[in-house]
Amino acid sequence: MDFLNAIVALLNFVVIPATSYGAQLALGALGVTLIYGILRFSNFAHGDTMAFGTAMVILVTWAFQSVGIHFGPLPTALLALPFGIAITAALVLATDKAVYRFYRRQKAAPVILVIVSMGVMFIMNGVTRFIIGVGEIRFDDGGRFIVNANEFKKATGLAEGLAFRSTQGLTILTAIIVVAALFWFLNKTRTGKSMRAYSDNEDLALLSGINPERVVAVTWIIAAGLAVIAGTLYGLDKSFKAFNYFQLLLPIFASAIVGGLGSPLGAIAGGFLIAFTEVGFTYAWKKVATYVLPDALAPDGLAQLLSTDYKFAVSFAILVIVLLFKPTGLFKGKAV
Amino acid sequence: MKKLLAATAAAALMTGAAGAEDIKIGVILGFTGPLESITPMMGSGAELAMKEVSDSGKLLDGSTVTSVRGDSTCVDAAAAQAAAERLVTTDGVSAIMGADCSGVTGAVLANVAVPNGIVMVSPSATSPGLTSAEDNGLFFRTAPSDARQGEILAAILKERGIGSVAISYTNNDYGKGLADSIQAAVEASGGSVTISAAHEDGKADYSAEVGALASAGGDALIVAGYVDQGGSGVIQGSLDTGAFSTFVLPDGMYGTVLEEKFGSSLDGSFGTVPGTDSPGGATFQEMATAAGFDGTSSYAGESYDAAALIMLAMQAAGSSKSADLMGKIMDVANAPGEPIYPGELAKGLELLAAGTDIDYVGASAVELIGPGEAAGAYREYEFTDGKITTTKFH
Repeated sequence: MDFLNAIVALLNFVVIPATSYGAQLALGALGVTLIYGILRFSNFAHGDTMAFGTAMVILVTWAFQSVGIHFGPLPTALLALPFGIAITAALVLATDKAVYRFYRRQKAAPVILVIVSMGVMFIMNGVTRFIIGVGEIRFDDGGRFIVNANEFKKATGLAEGLAFRSTQGLTILTAIIVVAALFWFLNKTRTGKSMRAYSDNEDLALLSGINPERVVAVTWIIAAGLAVIAGTLYGLDKSFKAFNYFQLLLPIFASAIVGGLGSPLGAIAGGFLIAFTEVGFTYAWKKVATYVLPDALAPDGLAQLLSTDYKFAVSFAILVIVLLFKPTGLFKGKAV
Repeated sequence: MKKLLAATAAAALMTGAAGAEDIKIGVILGFTGPLESITPMMGSGAELAMKEVSDSGKLLDGSTVTSVRGDSTCVDAAAAQAAAERLVTTDGVSAIMGADCSGVTGAVLANVAVPNGIVMVSPSATSPGLTSAEDNGLFFRTAPSDARQGEILAAILKERGIGSVAISYTNNDYGKGLADSIQAAVEASGGSVTISAAHEDGKADYSAEVGALASAGGDALIVAGYVDQGGSGVIQGSLDTGAFSTFVLPDGMYGTVLEEKFGSSLDGSFGTVPGTDSPGGATFQEMATAAGFDGTSSYAGESYDAAALIMLAMQAAGSSKSADLMGKIMDVANAPGEPIYPGELAKGLELLAAGTDIDYVGASAVELIGPGEAAGAYREYEFTDGKITTTKFH
C-alpha cells in the first residue's frame, strides 16, 4: 500500500506534470530547430508566433462558441486549430516575403538574421497585444479532468490522489501524433526529402533542381503549424497570457540546443530532459521516501536536492555541460 | 518692454499672494506590471481626494490640486526611479502619493525622494524593511507593515485550528518580508511551517514548486504572492493535483478575479486584506461608486487617505512645500482633534485654517505609529459558494 502511495505521489507531482510540460517544450523546440536546420538562423520570434497563433485560435474558438458549436468533451479550441494555423502561416509567409527574403537573397550572416528575427519578435509582440490584450485568458472548455485527485482517492482508498487533466492527456497525445506525422513527412515524402537535402547541402540541393523558395515556404508553414499547436496546448493546459509565451522562449531554446540545433529528434529529447530535470531536481522527496523507507530511515528534512528557486539554474547548468562536452548537442545537431 | 514689465509685475503679484497656486501631486503606481488590475482603482482613489479638495476651494486660499501620474511598474526599480525623477524635476510635484510595491518604493525613496527632499506617502508598500529605511522623516505609509499582517494571520490560523502550513511566496521584497513575518508569528504561536519556498512571477510552469510544497505538506497553503501573477499559477497547480484544498491568501492575493478563475473550488479558503469597519470605509465606497470605480478594491481607500493626508498637512503647514508639510502629517493623522471622514476634507481644511486640531480617520481608519506607518486594521475574508465574503475585522 505504501509502495503504491509512493508511486502515485511520484506520478502525480513529477511524472505527469513533467511529461506534459516536456511535450509542450518539445513541440516548441521542434519549430525552432526546423527553422534553424533549413533557414539557418535561431528564430527569436518563435515564442511570439506561438502567442499570435494562440490568440487567433482563441478568437475563432469564441466565434464557434457564440454560434453554439462545441466539440463534446474535448475543448472547442481543437476545432479552431486549423483556422489558427492557416492565419498564422499566412502571417509568417508574409513576414518572410517582406523581411527575411531580402536578407536571404543577400546571403546575410546568420547573426544578422537572428537580430532581424528579434525585430519581428517585437512587432509580433505588439500585434498580438493589440488584437487580444495583455490580460490572462482561459479558453478551455469540455471536461477538465480524466482522473480527478479526490475521486481517485475515494475509488482506490489510497492516501495520495492522482490527477490527470484532460489537457495534459491531450498535450501528450497530440505531441505524439504531430511528431510522428512530421517524421513521416520528412523521411517519406518528396517535399520532406527535398527539405532535408536543402538543409544538408544548399548548393547541391539547388543543383539537383530543388526549388528553394518552395522549401522555405513549406518550412515556414510547418513551423507555424507547430507553433500554433504548441501554443494552443500550452494555453489550454495553463492559460493564455501573451507575456508567458515570451518567457517560454528561453526553455524552448534550451531544449533545442541541448538536443542539438537542427535535429528534430534532439528537440524532442531536449524538451523532456529540460522538463524532467526542472521538476525532478527540485522535487522534495520527503513524501515518497517516507512511504518507501522504513520509519527509522524516514527523512526529517524535505530531502530536496535544490530549492525550487534554482530550477532555471538546473536547466542552464545542463545546457552549459552539454555544450562543453558535446558542442553539437546530444543528437549531433549543427554547431552553434 | 512694457509687456515684460507687465509680466514681471504679474509674476510678482502671483508669488506675493502666497497661495492660489496649482499644486501638483505625483501619483506613482504600477499601472503596468503585476499589480495592474488594482492600480487603476488606487489612482482613482487618490484623484478623488484631490478633486474633492480642488472643488472645495479651501486649500491654501483656493489653490487647486492636479495629479501627475507615473508608472512604477511594481517590479522595475530603474523604471520607477526614472518616472519619479521626471515627476520631481520636470513636473515639479510637491509630494508623491506612492509608490505601490515595496521594492520600488524603497528605491524611489532612497534615490529620488530623499535627495530632492520630497515627501512620499505610500498607500500599499507593506514590507517590514521600510520601517527602518533611511528616510529623513520624508516617508509615510497608510498601509500597515507586513509584520502586523503576519501576527493577524497567525492568530486567525490558530483560531481556525490549522496547526501546520506551507508557504509559497513571490520572490521579491514584499513576498519575502511577508513570508518571514508569517513564519515567525506562526511559530511563536505554537504552529509549524513545513516549508517556505519562493516562486518567480510570470513563469511558464509551476509544477516543480507545487511538487515541493505538496511533499512538505501541511493543513493549508499560504500564498504570499500576486493575484495576477505566479500566485494564481501556484493555486491552480495545487488544486489540479489535489495537493492542497485550503489556501490562505494575504493582501496581494485579494481580488475578485479569483472568483472568476476558481469559483467554488476555493471554498473554505480565507485571507486578510487591510480594511476597517469604521464608518469611513462605507462612505468611501459610496463616493467611489458615485465616481465610477470600485472602492472595495485593494488599497483604493488607503490611496484616498494618502492623498488626503498630504493635502491636509499642506493646509496645516500653510505651505505646499515638502519641507514644511513633512512635520505636519503625523499631527493631522492622529488624535487629538476633530475626526474627519472621507467626503469631509473641506471641513478638515476649514478647521485647520481656523487653527483647530483634526484627527484624520478617512477610509481606512488612519492611525500612524512609529516612523509614520499605519497601525493596521485588517478585514478577514472567506470564500463561500465561490464568492468573497467578509467574516470579521481585526
